[in-house]
Amino acid sequence: MLELALKGSKRYYGWMGFLLAMVGVGFLIYLKQLDFGLGITGMSRDVSWGFYIAQFTFLVGVAAGGVMVVLPYYLHDYKAYGRITILGEFLAIAALVMCLTFIIVDLGQPRRIFNVWLYPTLHSVLFWDTIVLNGYLFLNIIVGWNVLEAERNGVHYPAWVKPFIYLSIPWAISIHTVTAYLYAGLPGRGFWLTAIMAPRFLASAFAAGPALLILLCLIIRRTTSFDPGREQIQTLAKTVAYAIVLNVFFFLCEIFTVFYSQIPEHMDHLTYLFVGLHGHGTYVPWMWTAMGLMVISIILLVNPVTRKNEGVLAVACIAVFAGTWIDKGLGMISGGFVPNPLHEVNEYIPTLPELFISLAIWCLGFFVLTALFKIAVSVKEEVRE
Amino acid sequence: MGNKKLVYLGIAIFLVIVTLPFWFNRGKAAPAPELVLTAKAKEAKECVRSKEYMAKDHMRVLDLWRHSVVRNAERIYVNPQGKEYVMSLSNTCLDCHSNKAEFCDRCHNYASVRPYCWDCHIDNPKETK
Amino acid sequence: MERSRRDILKLFGISALALSTGPVLDAFAAEEAEHGAAAEPYVKMGDKALKAKQWAMVVDTRKFESEEDFTPLIDACHKIHNVPSMPIKRQEIKWIWTAPYHNAFPMSPMKFVDEKLEHTPLLVLCNHCENPPCVRACPTNATFKNPDNGIVMMDFHRCIGCRFCMAACPFGARSFNFRDPRPFINPAELNKQFPTRTKGVVEKCSFCAERLAVGQLPACVEASNGKLVFGDLYDPESKVRELIRTNYTIRRKQALGTEPSVYYIV
Repeated sequence: MLELALKGSKRYYGWMGFLLAMVGVGFLIYLKQLDFGLGITGMSRDVSWGFYIAQFTFLVGVAAGGVMVVLPYYLHDYKAYGRITILGEFLAIAALVMCLTFIIVDLGQPRRIFNVWLYPTLHSVLFWDTIVLNGYLFLNIIVGWNVLEAERNGVHYPAWVKPFIYLSIPWAISIHTVTAYLYAGLPGRGFWLTAIMAPRFLASAFAAGPALLILLCLIIRRTTSFDPGREQIQTLAKTVAYAIVLNVFFFLCEIFTVFYSQIPEHMDHLTYLFVGLHGHGTYVPWMWTAMGLMVISIILLVNPVTRKNEGVLAVACIAVFAGTWIDKGLGMISGGFVPNPLHEVNEYIPTLPELFISLAIWCLGFFVLTALFKIAVSVKEEVRE
Repeated sequence: MGNKKLVYLGIAIFLVIVTLPFWFNRGKAAPAPELVLTAKAKEAKECVRSKEYMAKDHMRVLDLWRHSVVRNAERIYVNPQGKEYVMSLSNTCLDCHSNKAEFCDRCHNYASVRPYCWDCHIDNPKETK
Repeated sequence: MERSRRDILKLFGISALALSTGPVLDAFAAEEAEHGAAAEPYVKMGDKALKAKQWAMVVDTRKFESEEDFTPLIDACHKIHNVPSMPIKRQEIKWIWTAPYHNAFPMSPMKFVDEKLEHTPLLVLCNHCENPPCVRACPTNATFKNPDNGIVMMDFHRCIGCRFCMAACPFGARSFNFRDPRPFINPAELNKQFPTRTKGVVEKCSFCAERLAVGQLPACVEASNGKLVFGDLYDPESKVRELIRTNYTIRRKQALGTEPSVYYIV
């Protein structure tokens, strides 16, 4: 089936060529980073995780979002989703490729990455994160590929695939829970030390992932002869609506706990993000923008009139994606590290090389995504002829 | 097969490229490296282990040393002959073998290995660089 | 065509397996040969090594008057461990340094404090916690708690530079090598007997494990002239236990349960 990705229109080749060129330039800059060290980024002794890990955290959520199509179809027989489960699975693969690349790019000694498996450390959440992320990647490849191939050949997928499908559902929940546990178990980071971290992660994952999927479905309908389906998109939109409402609700719960209890240590992080602390407030406009985007998206998604209008829906999905990206990406990371454990404020601002490498990895992800979607859509076009 | 000629041509080109190191270097084998021992090393007569063992397995010794020192806080090595050494690359090995360019590098360059020990372990403890 | 391709791949696979058994068996044979020789080599601790179940430090803040009292301690540590002076502050590396009271103890800020505490900084360093969250976090056990002496050590060979330990430390005790540190170490002061670190690894105070191994107290303790006391927390007769018994001591962020081993007499 891979050959389906090798042939396409001029626009396809142009898009893939552009993405590859970006990846190439990003790779060269990464070589500079390998040579110089992570000093070319804006990370610091206080904010020791930055843009790369922020992207990784956000994209684990996007990858987990694919389960929102798989679960209703396989567990609850929601037949409509049968058309697009493969899109959810392939989106997960592309997102996971980006996650793993962001991790590698963030390591100080990437040539030692196999130490994680040579010296498995069972009490380390990061060790388990590598296991669940790679496991989910393989699950999606195995399931997606076999189901799609069966569809192409007009047969039911082989019986041995079923247990993998069932496994992928709790596994999707686990990848984002484990990633949340990276943060939620650190006693020294008050901003993250909250039980609602994992639920909030899942809520924003199930908002961002399906939101992106909706946008991709709309693009597929525009650029190919495969229509993912109006009903499918509407059901996804309802999922996004509930998820983003939950995400904002959980956030408001955090606000209440922190500001009603009036514990200075806990208040400081949110104050820094939304109002500024000790004269430092680089993130303030970003955070309010994120909140604004999420509120606007809630209004547009909850109201059936605006939700059913696919043009407005697209805007709402972009708002969801952008809002959760700012909040969960940069906001959560920076807010957790600032102020530092000694209550000093040292802000983090990513550097241009850091941003470009990140952009190149996003391009890599979209390259994989486009190729996989090309295969899936080609198969569906074939079958429906 | 319609592409038979191209396939055979491709295989032929591949074989030429993959055997390049052999026929390009025929008759020009690089000589085995000659190692220079410092005066201190010559005086010591024997290394921590036998010359034959060290030539082949010095990395094994070093791995054991770094594991014992860093992870187990054990710093004394007793070799099969009963002689004691402080397990330190910087202060024991490089103390005698303080001529990296004429000793360590000779074999490493010949075998094209690039150990990065010296990124951290400062060489030439006795002389200033 | 498909069947014969699969068969060829099967052939390659089995051949690769067959060809690799030779070298693998040879490798095992080589190990066997060595054993036939003299006695087995072994490792042990040095005779002069100082031993403790849990090394701990007591900082007598009453004996520190001004910044000058701290500088020799910090310099002693940073010099013998080749800690670099990085040009950009956000990439600084420090194993031991000073912080005002409300930064060293941010969870117990007091609006009205005694003058001494208000104006004199405190010495801060890795606390070598008994229940260290950084060790819990490390995915490779590159940072680990030595079960024999309680020191939270760094294995620079194994560290992959993921910086999870830095996120986990509640005391901000860890530094990362954002670039090669060598150019930023004063060559005249370079201690050739202690390795530098390389870019991409995390580092911090090691309670001078290399000095304890040869019977010496940590450099900062030695340079402090009695202001710092070092000893075994679990030896009831040790000086640190005596000081803790007879003075009011506090530890940083005690409520978090990490059980720091650095006590402050205030």
